[in-house]
Amino acid sequence: MINPIEALSILKEHRRDEVVIATMGAEREWLKISQHPRDFFYVPSAMGQAPTLGLGLALARPDLRVVVLNGDGCMLMNLGCLVTIAEQSPPNYSLVVFQNGVYEVTGSQPVAGSGRVDFAALARAAGIRGASHIRDISSWKGIAARVLRGPGLEFAVVNVEPITTGEVGPKAPCLITEQIARFQAALGS
Amino acid sequence: MFDGAEAVKVFEELGVTHVVWLPDSELGTWHATLAASRALKLIRVCREGEAFGVAAGLHLGGARPIVVIQCTGFYEAGDAMRNVVHDLGLPIFTIVGYRGYYGGIAGRKDTAATFLEPIVAAWQLPCKLFTKESKIDELAAFYRETQAQRTAAAALIAETRT
Repeated sequence: MINPIEALSILKEHRRDEVVIATMGAEREWLKISQHPRDFFYVPSAMGQAPTLGLGLALARPDLRVVVLNGDGCMLMNLGCLVTIAEQSPPNYSLVVFQNGVYEVTGSQPVAGSGRVDFAALARAAGIRGASHIRDISSWKGIAARVLRGPGLEFAVVNVEPITTGEVGPKAPCLITEQIARFQAALGS
Repeated sequence: MFDGAEAVKVFEELGVTHVVWLPDSELGTWHATLAASRALKLIRVCREGEAFGVAAGLHLGGARPIVVIQCTGFYEAGDAMRNVVHDLGLPIFTIVGYRGYYGGIAGRKDTAATFLEPIVAAWQLPCKLFTKESKIDELAAFYRETQAQRTAAAALIAETRT
């Protein structure tokens, strides 16, 4: 089991100019360590839609690498999108699922299938080849750069501990309309 | 009612880049023409909520997507649509198949048509109904009008099969 803050910090060390779309618990923690013009803090969100938002952006902008930081509760809400992603297979898209087994932002109630669901197997079954399942920090250190930069469609599940600091809910850095204006300017779109 | 060739020609003229869709039996007749278009990219989703997420990402990246779904899927997609249209404020144009508008297909009558217009109104989404008598130019005009206002909107396409 990996500390999620450590996992995100490793990702940040490798991050260059990739777009990062973060949601829910991962968003809250990413916001604490990253202030990059190509960050998109998806708050307020429709829970489960961060991977599809990232997919659309990756399809519109094949010149950019788009990395989505998702949670397992979010992933469970939208499992069908794994098939949609696999069908499109944009080579500039990465989806990371931080699996902690709980709905952390609502007070850490267990998700359905907590501790049993194999998201990497689901992704492979949907047609995403090379999906990885990371269970320890050394494996994550070894794969984080590839997850960020490819060369192709990347999918990784990272087993992380729930955060127990008592913080609930994702945090918005500013009004979403302001963020969109800044983000689009950073992308030149 | 307009057919796939008319619809695709208009979408191309309007500068639509992507059609994100999960068709019904009415809109499904457009598939061959949509798939054959060189100007439009057809993106199939597994559930309609996905369509709004994908369209939002496309829009943020500078593309001009539309969403094409059935009303039952529109019901399912409520939260995704709410977020994209009202939270993010993106002017996504949606074509919604109005299942059962003329009473439904014999032997398959249900309540799908009962709730569409009240639900679209509840979501505060500008809409326009297109029936058997409607012309494709009216759809194009509605698209142009709402996009010029940078407003999301829904075109409700009556199911003509009975």
